[in-house]
Amino acid sequence: MAQLNMVQAINQALGDEMARDDRVLLLGEDVGRDGGVFRVTEGLLERFGSERVLDTPLSESAIMGAAIGMAAYGLRPVPEIQFLGFTYSAFEQLFAHAARLRSRSRGRYSCPLVVRTPYGGGIKAPELHEESTEAIYCHIPGLKVVVPSGPYSAKGLLLAALRDPDPVLFLEPTRLYRLLREEVPEGDYVLELGRARVARPGAAVTVIAWGSMLERVLKSVEKYDAEVLDLLTLNPFDVATVVASVKRTGRAVIVQEAAKTCGFGAEIAATLAEEAMLYLRAPILRVTAPDVPVPLAKLIDQYLPTPEQIRAALDEVLQY
Amino acid sequence: MPEELLATFEVRRLGVLDETGEVDQALMPTLSDAEIWRMYELMVLARSFDERAVALQREGRLGTYPPIRGQEAAQVGSAFALSGTDWIFPSFREMGVHLTLGYPIPQLLQYWTGDERAQKVPPHLNIFPFCVAVGSQIPHAVGAALAVRYRRDPVAVVTYFGDGATSKGDFHEALNMAGVFNLPVLFICQNNQWAISVPLKNQTASESLAQKAIAYGFEGVQVDGNDVFAVYRATRQALDKARSGAGPTFIECLTYRMADHTTADDAGRYRSEQEVATWRDRDPILRLERFLAARDAWSVEKGNEAKARATEVIDAAVREMESMAPPAAAEMFDDTQATLNPRQAEQRKGR
Repeated sequence: MAQLNMVQAINQALGDEMARDDRVLLLGEDVGRDGGVFRVTEGLLERFGSERVLDTPLSESAIMGAAIGMAAYGLRPVPEIQFLGFTYSAFEQLFAHAARLRSRSRGRYSCPLVVRTPYGGGIKAPELHEESTEAIYCHIPGLKVVVPSGPYSAKGLLLAALRDPDPVLFLEPTRLYRLLREEVPEGDYVLELGRARVARPGAAVTVIAWGSMLERVLKSVEKYDAEVLDLLTLNPFDVATVVASVKRTGRAVIVQEAAKTCGFGAEIAATLAEEAMLYLRAPILRVTAPDVPVPLAKLIDQYLPTPEQIRAALDEVLQY
Repeated sequence: MPEELLATFEVRRLGVLDETGEVDQALMPTLSDAEIWRMYELMVLARSFDERAVALQREGRLGTYPPIRGQEAAQVGSAFALSGTDWIFPSFREMGVHLTLGYPIPQLLQYWTGDERAQKVPPHLNIFPFCVAVGSQIPHAVGAALAVRYRRDPVAVVTYFGDGATSKGDFHEALNMAGVFNLPVLFICQNNQWAISVPLKNQTASESLAQKAIAYGFEGVQVDGNDVFAVYRATRQALDKARSGAGPTFIECLTYRMADHTTADDAGRYRSEQEVATWRDRDPILRLERFLAARDAWSVEKGNEAKARATEVIDAAVREMESMAPPAAAEMFDDTQATLNPRQAEQRKGR
């Protein structure tokens, strides 16, 4: 088994699926000749040709809208939006069309597409390149939101997303693209969407994280008897696994990279309040970024949740 | 280095049938007498449908409805050139297109009662659901055209929209992409000159809407949108061009919205009766009747018979529409996704 980073794992998943299924094609800015700004699609233009790897104009709404038309026609397009912060100009297409097409047409049309986009901070990039606004997209019925946390989950989840009959937003944690290497099987494997993973078993407290924060959480909790859950899919999120774990540990800390108010952690906390309130031995805590726009590189480290903040939250619920 | 002339542009306007019913024989498209009569019947059907829909709304039997009155030639003339395998991406004011392509009329009315089941397009048609978010359907047509070309399918893709949509970003992004990829797609703009209360001159500073295509590297043509032959001819030509791989076309049908924006609107607040009266004289159905009458193919009696037949069809459709059982609450969950997630499944219970 090969040790791959996330860029290589995603590239492998795309290439394998394009070889297996001629309905799968890529479109986006710089995805062809340049191999994508993070080189995730490197080599695919050479391998599959310009009919299946389309370098498009700089036009996010048309990229998304065109992908919807392709999907309805029977293809399985994979639009890449260069950064999550650039999906905002394609938001109407995602919200008003991709997520609703099956419903609006009462099943006559469907929209099996996977929007790939890097997200998250810590890469010293310009404004709007380090956003973590995943919660906005979780508020759209009909759209699945998937966030891998490492190379292994990236490949298995992407293959599952590419075979899903409905639209999926696939968020790739930019900071982890080349940070982690994992054993990634060469062959075909899928990780079912909607399933969380126990990244580290424990008994005293449940820490819930996803995507970019998982690596930071695992490093932060080494000295604690903490169970770390890796959500992997945010919508629909694995309520059963989260609730069962918190019922067992009686304590919950949610770590999200995004600003606090109305972040995805709020949904988890509300669900725990509904379904596990009487098992709790401490308040549910959220470790988040502050409610300010994502700062530029000079302050990004002070913006993102730190290991110290994560440990402080663990200490607080454990000593409550 | 002196300044040099980099490019010059021309914008053409096509008219075939004038207001007196005379045609320019050199431009008259090839159509049999039976086909021309069928066009007339469809325009009469579209008018009857529209009048009935407005009346039903006033009686509380239909929800808010956007009339098509005055735009029958633009809709019937263009759709008459299409084939059932072509893909159509409409906005929400093209019921004449649906009628021409054979969309079930009860189902067409059902949509305007607020019943989403009406958007389940019959399998023999490739029409997308009505698109209320102005202009946002235009990129879908570009994507379908990319798919058509990838699959080498012998079909064309058509999207309809109004003058207001030409101010939207999606219009420009879509036309740009269609030009770059030289796609088999027709952009048909029904320029009815009013986007609710905003007149054309406040929508654009351009001389025409057709010329906007020039910026994207392909042909734009303005046609007399109340001239069913001109609309048909332009659409036919653009379809042949698309199917032969020669790329996209933008067709601006210059017409007029004879009625309010919707049944919830009162156009008397923002435009003059005099302007409306001018356009009443340019009625597309009247014009075709004059053409037919000059060939002894139309008389008041024949016209009344056509209207009576259309009324019968609409009567039957209204009866069928009103006999449909309302949707059950649980149906709002159907087709949300291929499989409901656990939370949705829980929410569906007891509804």
